[in-house]
Amino acid sequence: MNDHLQVSSSQYEDKGNLLLRLEEAQHRLGYLSEQAMSELAESLGISVSEVYGVATFYSFLSTRPQGKYVIRVCKGLPCCLKDSDIVISSIEAAIGIRPGDTTPDGKFSLELTNCIGACDSAPAMLVNSELHVGLTSRRISQILKTYE
Amino acid sequence: MPEQRVVLRNCGVINPGSIATYLAVDGFKALNKARGMTPEQVIQEVKDSGLRGRGGAGFPCGLKWELARNAPGDTKYVICNADEGEVGTFKDRYILANDPFMLIEGMAIAGYAIGADMGYIYLRAEYQYLNGSLVKAIDQVREQGLLVDFDITIRQGAGAYVCGEESALMDSIEGKRGEVRYRPPFPPTKGLWDQPTVINNVETLMNIPQIMLNGADWFNGMGTERSKGTKVFSVSGDVSKPGVYEMVLGSPLRELVEGLAGAERVKAIQIGGATGRIVPYDMMDTPLSFEDILGAGAITVFDESRDMVDIVHKTLQFLAEESCGKCTPCREGTEVMAGILERFARGEGDERDIKDMERLSQAMMLSALCGLGQAAPNPVLDSLQHFRGDYESRMQEKRGSVAR
Repeated sequence: MNDHLQVSSSQYEDKGNLLLRLEEAQHRLGYLSEQAMSELAESLGISVSEVYGVATFYSFLSTRPQGKYVIRVCKGLPCCLKDSDIVISSIEAAIGIRPGDTTPDGKFSLELTNCIGACDSAPAMLVNSELHVGLTSRRISQILKTYE
Repeated sequence: MPEQRVVLRNCGVINPGSIATYLAVDGFKALNKARGMTPEQVIQEVKDSGLRGRGGAGFPCGLKWELARNAPGDTKYVICNADEGEVGTFKDRYILANDPFMLIEGMAIAGYAIGADMGYIYLRAEYQYLNGSLVKAIDQVREQGLLVDFDITIRQGAGAYVCGEESALMDSIEGKRGEVRYRPPFPPTKGLWDQPTVINNVETLMNIPQIMLNGADWFNGMGTERSKGTKVFSVSGDVSKPGVYEMVLGSPLRELVEGLAGAERVKAIQIGGATGRIVPYDMMDTPLSFEDILGAGAITVFDESRDMVDIVHKTLQFLAEESCGKCTPCREGTEVMAGILERFARGEGDERDIKDMERLSQAMMLSALCGLGQAAPNPVLDSLQHFRGDYESRMQEKRGSVAR
């Protein structure tokens, strides 16, 4: 299950709220397909371009299919100071894709993200909504094994 | 000067999953006390305390509340800004994880003071792992019957740095692109859904229960003339003990960076994140206060092995990426600066580039719509002033390569 924008159902109560509807659609479908965005535009009585404009503004919303697990490695300055580039190349080597891509089996997507607020135990990354800190090349393979 | 725990007093003391442990440390006594006063009296206490916003801008909290209280409107809102996206800042994450109850109490007091019946916590997408425990904490407060005529909902952000800016944040809660609004009108008169809205940082609201319990005089007895109370700092980078530290405002930078966080061989410190200031080692005795340098309290330390061109290049790349794009000076200016710094990083920059960056900086500071664009030149200008040698050595690389 794609749980990286999971929020409790009561938080979707505002039916006219485009961002909430997009978060809900992404949670349900894994990404925001053209069809989902068109349907949303119609049901809210707004243009598809407005829906697309909001969908592409936020980095945790995706208009392309994503892996079951989205890895977001922090590229913030404090993580860079703690050699996040080594972490990134370890992940690239472990799963065989570059940032922006998804593994052919649809298991992992790899992204670089701005500061995730874990600078006190840098370098850090999120896998869906789970935080992993104090990363080293060795720990990367151990962590990735836990995602099946 | 040792640590002084006001905001962090319960962190590591209470169990953040159990309201009973919060009630055992005088939890919700401040709310009860506030409800025994008139809203105007509560606002006066906050005004007298001298509390200023902890999110970076430092606006007087009591004045903000008074404006919202006096603004006409049927529905008023309190928003807690938990969109802690500033690079190098993680204090709010620490607070939310360790003491959600004092935040909720602070929001409830704010709601009572301005006459709001609804509160939102806007939690950044990257902190989604805190959502569940916050919901549980709010549920426990509600079950205890402590939320009277006021309720709190969490809104999960979806990943946008600029949404930490208050007007962009409100657009995001309304379901739109988080773009900065033209002001005036300001949020206390026309905020969320055009209604009077108080929007406060997590740390600002954490101070409220302590001010109500101990009084304005106790609070404004700490700090400097225009910076009262304490500040929570997020210290990272080249230090042996990175983490969250709380000190009385006006404490010298050196005590925090060398004394508490254990930094050695310091070359420079970035204070306030990407749009903050960069100071060299010889300014280590600068007081941390609104009068001097503060921001939201992000302290990123660079030791002597670091090159400031690389640091500033990464910083401007980040700002170019996160500019919301609404105003031209910021959208284009950050891109151009990132491009110039890219050339310096490759050893291809020259004197003309430096002049261009300086001219562009002046234009952006004067004409950008919000703090992001106005302050984006800070790292460039500070590094040019204090670390010009780092730029010059990159220019020599270019001359050297031409000679070869």
